[in-house]
Amino acid sequence: MQEERTARFTRRRMIGYLIAAPTVVAGARWLGEEEAEAAVPNLGVTDVVDLSDVLTLAAAPTMGLLAVEITPEGDARFALPRSENGQGITTSTAIVIADELDLPIERVHVTLADARPELLFNQLTGASNTTFAMYEPLRYAAATARTRLMATAAAKLGVVVGELRTEAGVVVDATGRSLSYAELAADAAVTRSTAAPAPRLKPAKELKLTGTRVGRVDARAAVTGEKVFAMDLDVPGAIPTMLCRAPTINARALAVLNQAEVEAMPGVEHVALIAKTTYVQGGVAVCARTFGQCIDAVRALQVRWSPGKVDGKSDASVKKDLERAEIPHIPLPLLGRKVEQAFTFHFRPGDALETNSAVADVRPDRAEIWSAMKSPIHAQQGIAAMLGLPQSKVTAHVVEGGGSFGRRLFADAAFEAAAVSKAVGRPVRLQWHRTDSFRHGRVHPMARNRTRAVLVGKQIVSLDQRHTSVQTDYTHGLGDLLTSVAAKLPAVNFAGFSSALFYLTVLNPYDTGLAQPLLSEIYGYDDFNTSSTRNVYGPDATTAREVVLDKVARELRKDPLDLRISLAKDKRTKAVLERVKRESEWGSPLPAGFGRGVATHAEYKGRVACVAEIDCRPETVNRKIADALTGPRVTRLTYVVDVGKPVNALGVEAQIMGGALDGIAHALTYSLHLRDGHFLEGSWDNAFYTRQWNTPPRLDVHVMPATTDKPGGVGELGVAAAMAATANAYWAATGQMPTEFPILHDRADLGFVPQETVPPLPPQKSDGLARAGVRPA
Amino acid sequence: MPTHTFVLNGKPVSVDVESDVRLLWVLRDVLGVRGPKYGCAGGVCQACTCHVNGKAVTVCTVEVGQLEPTDEVTTIEGLADTVPGDGLHPMQEVWIEQDVAQCGYCQPGQIMKATALVHELRATGREVTDAELDTIRNVCRCGTYPRIREAIRQGAERMA
Repeated sequence: MQEERTARFTRRRMIGYLIAAPTVVAGARWLGEEEAEAAVPNLGVTDVVDLSDVLTLAAAPTMGLLAVEITPEGDARFALPRSENGQGITTSTAIVIADELDLPIERVHVTLADARPELLFNQLTGASNTTFAMYEPLRYAAATARTRLMATAAAKLGVVVGELRTEAGVVVDATGRSLSYAELAADAAVTRSTAAPAPRLKPAKELKLTGTRVGRVDARAAVTGEKVFAMDLDVPGAIPTMLCRAPTINARALAVLNQAEVEAMPGVEHVALIAKTTYVQGGVAVCARTFGQCIDAVRALQVRWSPGKVDGKSDASVKKDLERAEIPHIPLPLLGRKVEQAFTFHFRPGDALETNSAVADVRPDRAEIWSAMKSPIHAQQGIAAMLGLPQSKVTAHVVEGGGSFGRRLFADAAFEAAAVSKAVGRPVRLQWHRTDSFRHGRVHPMARNRTRAVLVGKQIVSLDQRHTSVQTDYTHGLGDLLTSVAAKLPAVNFAGFSSALFYLTVLNPYDTGLAQPLLSEIYGYDDFNTSSTRNVYGPDATTAREVVLDKVARELRKDPLDLRISLAKDKRTKAVLERVKRESEWGSPLPAGFGRGVATHAEYKGRVACVAEIDCRPETVNRKIADALTGPRVTRLTYVVDVGKPVNALGVEAQIMGGALDGIAHALTYSLHLRDGHFLEGSWDNAFYTRQWNTPPRLDVHVMPATTDKPGGVGELGVAAAMAATANAYWAATGQMPTEFPILHDRADLGFVPQETVPPLPPQKSDGLARAGVRPA
Repeated sequence: MPTHTFVLNGKPVSVDVESDVRLLWVLRDVLGVRGPKYGCAGGVCQACTCHVNGKAVTVCTVEVGQLEPTDEVTTIEGLADTVPGDGLHPMQEVWIEQDVAQCGYCQPGQIMKATALVHELRATGREVTDAELDTIRNVCRCGTYPRIREAIRQGAERMA
């Protein structure tokens, strides 16, 4: 079973070591491993079952290059080689270190590491992998530091280590004599890096914070305005910069027709054409004293553009292309009958609330970059190549981001900022305008999924999928990562990265016979701007599967939740289904116009089950709110989540809640309309992400007690089952099976007037005081 | 270039900038006050919400030239000083206790909107209800809305 294979994978031993430094600095590495080689013993093909395992395998060789440091004040510092964008990994990392070191969490300082090429594939954030991959190495490193502190204290106090304990940053002996970490830090240091005695990890019952509900370490900074995002950084001389972008997707800027006129506008200091290359979309850059003056200048620019890469395409034409490219299902077996359905999933934004942003200071011989980056080594490498500099001369700082969702794997703003800084000869701080973000930013690709269940009698003998998608761009370094592990896994075909990712992430939690889900893609990877948006294939593939399962339930006249319990592949899936049945009061009466739906999902080493209740009564569907999309409302959502081993239960609840609201958006309201090679949407009142009026008034997340000893990922885990449960609830409430998503995509009234494509940005407004009632209108 | 004067977080401030520059940019780009965030520059996402004379305003839709010297602008940085004592505003305290923030980008605007909403409702003898919470337009892409709602209810109770 999956859990057994995972256990074999983790039974390789870690050893601790101490690094020469003024204070004690400790790390841990896999036993028997060379620093530079990817020699991972005892790992067979069957140990790697999903993308979590692949990423962890790829990261393993350089875990030994990470170190937990004890400061002269006796605090702990750790530079996490990952990207925090709201998913809570700085907090969960701090929890793990605090527990192993016996320090209060306020005294554990987790920062984000700059790009470190020597880390190879150990600095990619994605696939909700961070906690899973870092858990053991972090524990061993922290435990090694603690062991060293105790050994040092033992020598100073003249006792054996066994008589000592640690508590709140202090080593205490049996008689109550103590030495603080501050007092020990320098004496515990080594002058030559050296192997350490095998550290003892704390048994579960001694972990104080792990598994409990812990508030975010940056909560205070977030509510006081002290938390720093890329555009909040004070980099001297960095001038606000925005790009004028094309009228259609991936068109090239050819010439600026009124450069002098725009350069003379208030506040404007530079106007520069940035050509489209493999590194940047390009456009015309404007640098001005304020971003508002950038916007006005962009609006005034007259630019000659080439045709775009997808000119003439629309939702309807892409849908046809997807239908044509679909791989057929294999023929039905004798005696088999099918329950089949094809679904369309429209383009969805990959937008975060903080738009793509970066600061760049490019000099003739070096460059410094600041941005929220999930693949910073790849960015550093690419920016160096773009600038014609050695990679070692580019410093890439990772800044905490305002959400990720689909926008931090590619360092698009960092590349642009570097290109502009070089062109204008000064530091720039560049951010994307919101309208550009929806129209030119990386999106969740449009896809079609045909799911087929084959029944013989009352048995499901197969449940298979044919997923056809506009190609997803994986050129942010994931390809190199997959190639690095491919040789160890001959049974998995990594030649086609998308197919490999589909195979490794679309996991069926039900016992429904053998199946081979297949992915095919259309268009070139850089025709549309796409990326792995939150949960990647999960929301669409799971929704298709779960709706077809409800179709089967109707045919077999079985309760959909009971059917799923009977099909559950493992006891963890069964357990979350049984609990969600109870917690959601499944089967209790609902008023007319309401419906309930259920779905499960298995990914990131976790299992979840979700029940949604939806209100489709006309008085709800037809609510009138200005510039808003109301429609049916999920009134209650019940989520049961088993992440294996929760590190921060409060963080798990937060991520599942956020993922659920994301799933509701995918199901009901959130999409992009493609017309004539460009997207119509340009603001959050166009692309209708879940808002307060769409939020379920009741949302309960139940975190199951630990079922394994490994913490699975949660950043993306909540999206798919919430989307699917909402779809099934809608069907139950209305009697109409939804087959196109979001359900409100093809609505009679678009609900907004699209911004023109030239100029590309809407004008700034001046009615704020009147609208707020500060002045008379 | 004209000089514009207004009160910022309790202190008068003057800036030399064109009159049509929106207050969001005056705060962030000229004065270096970066609590209010940029999310759209169109009055839609509300991430830039501050108080002007106690009311919630999207400062990306206010020209600095529209401000009078006596207008009081409060950003998230100044919210704690609007209540007695050395601590945070009760709404900020509740936000921390309820662990509302995820990425945190929208939260300054959410908190400014929340406090202004409570004052506005109280001015006509009303309290926070589900219907009122449904009217809040501040976007949260991380989807913290359920915790925002609970925090506003609790924060309102603690606001005198």
